[in-house]
Amino acid sequence: MILIVTFLVIAMLAAAISAYFFKDLLSAVIASCMVSLIAAVLFFFLHAPDVAMAEASIGAALVTAVFVIAIRRTERYEK
Amino acid sequence: MSFLHNYIYYIGAFGLVFIGLFIMAVKRNYIKIIIGLSILEAGVNLFLISVGYIANGTAPIFSRTVLNAENMVDPVPQALVLTAIVIGLAVMGLALSLAIGLYRHFGTLNLREIKEQRW
Amino acid sequence: MRKIIGIILLIIIAWGIGTSLQEIPFGISRAKLADHYIHNGKEETGAANIVTSVVVSYRSLDTLGEVTVLFLAAIGLGAVLAALKQKSVKESEKASLILSTGCRLLFPLILLFGAYIFIHGHLTPGGGFQGGAIVASAFVLMYLGCHKEKKINETGSILSESLGGLAFIVIGLIGLAIGTGYFLNNFLPKGEFNTLLSAGIIPIIYIAIGFKVGAELSKIIDLLMEES
Repeated sequence: MILIVTFLVIAMLAAAISAYFFKDLLSAVIASCMVSLIAAVLFFFLHAPDVAMAEASIGAALVTAVFVIAIRRTERYEK
Repeated sequence: MSFLHNYIYYIGAFGLVFIGLFIMAVKRNYIKIIIGLSILEAGVNLFLISVGYIANGTAPIFSRTVLNAENMVDPVPQALVLTAIVIGLAVMGLALSLAIGLYRHFGTLNLREIKEQRW
Repeated sequence: MRKIIGIILLIIIAWGIGTSLQEIPFGISRAKLADHYIHNGKEETGAANIVTSVVVSYRSLDTLGEVTVLFLAAIGLGAVLAALKQKSVKESEKASLILSTGCRLLFPLILLFGAYIFIHGHLTPGGGFQGGAIVASAFVLMYLGCHKEKKINETGSILSESLGGLAFIVIGLIGLAIGTGYFLNNFLPKGEFNTLLSAGIIPIIYIAIGFKVGAELSKIIDLLMEES
C-alpha cells in the first residue's frame, strides 16, 4: 500500500519536472494534466471522495481544455 | 520505512510547490508560467488535504452501512479545498484570455521581448 | 545566472519549510471544530454527506463568495475577449462521420450523469460544482465533435445562469425573514434521513449552483472558441 503511494508520488514529480523541460507547449500541458490526475488518485487514498471528483473533473479536464484552446490561438513552440 | 509512512505525502506536496515556483521564476514564455501556476496549485491543495488526515479513518459520509460517527477524517479542509479548486479554474481562464490579448497586441509571448518593446 | 539565484533561494525556503514541518505530525487529529461537525451534523442539518453540510449549511457564506468569484472571472474573460475581433487564420477540418455521430449519442448521457451528481449531492459524494463541471465537459464534447454546426442557445444559457444565482440569494433572504432570522437559515423541514427529499434547503441550493456553474463554464468555453 505504501509502495503504491510512493510510486505514484515519484511519477507525479517526474511529470512536473518534465513539464519544465519540454519545448513543445502541447506536451507541457499534457504533463500538467497528468499531475492533476495523479493528485486526484492521491486524494482518493486520503479518504476524500468529494475533492477527488472535483480535481478530476475540473483540474484534469476543463483546465487542460482551456489551455489547448489558448495554445491554438497563439503559438505552439516556446522560443 | 516509517519515514516514508509519515512523510511521503508532504514530500510529494512540497516537491510540487517547489517545481511550480521554479518554473514561474525562471521561464520566460507566458503560457509556461501559467502551467507552473497550475502545478503550484495542485501541490498546495494536496498539502491541505494531507494535513487533515487521521490514521485509520474513513470518508466522512453516512450510508446504509456506516450509521454512527466513529473514526472519520476531518471534513473542514475538504470543504476549503473544494472552493480552492474551482477558484483555480477561474484564475486560469482569466489568465489565458489575457494571453490571447497579449499575442494579438504584441505578436509574441516572450516576456523579455515585450518588456523591451514597451515604448 | 537567473537559474542559479532561483535554485539558491529555493534551497533556503526548502530548509525553512523542512524544519517547520517537524511540528506537523501526519495522521493525528488536533481540531475540535471537526468533532462538533461530525457528531452533530446529522441532527442539525439532516444531510448524509458531512462535507456537503459544511459547504452549504455551516459555511454557506463562503460558497456565496465562491459563486461571486466565478461570476467575476466569466465577466472579465468576456470583457477582454470582446475587444479583440480577429478573423481566424487557421483552418480546421471537418470531423468524420463516426466522431460526430458518437458525440451526438453521448451528449444526453453525459448531461444526465451530471444532473444525477448535483441532485444527489447530500447523499453521495458529489454536489453542485462537480456536477456543473461534468455538464460543461458535455458541451466541450459537442464543440469538438460537431464544430460549426451546433452552438449553445444564448437565451437558455443566460436564463439558467441568472436564475441559478438569483435562487441562491432569494432562498437566503427568505431564511432571514422567517425562522430564527439569520441569512441562509435552514428553514424547510428535515425529512427522513438518507432519502432524496431531506435536509431542508440543501438540495435546492445545490440544484441552483449546478445550473449556474454548468452554464457559466460552458459560456467560458464558447467565448474562447469563437472564431469570427
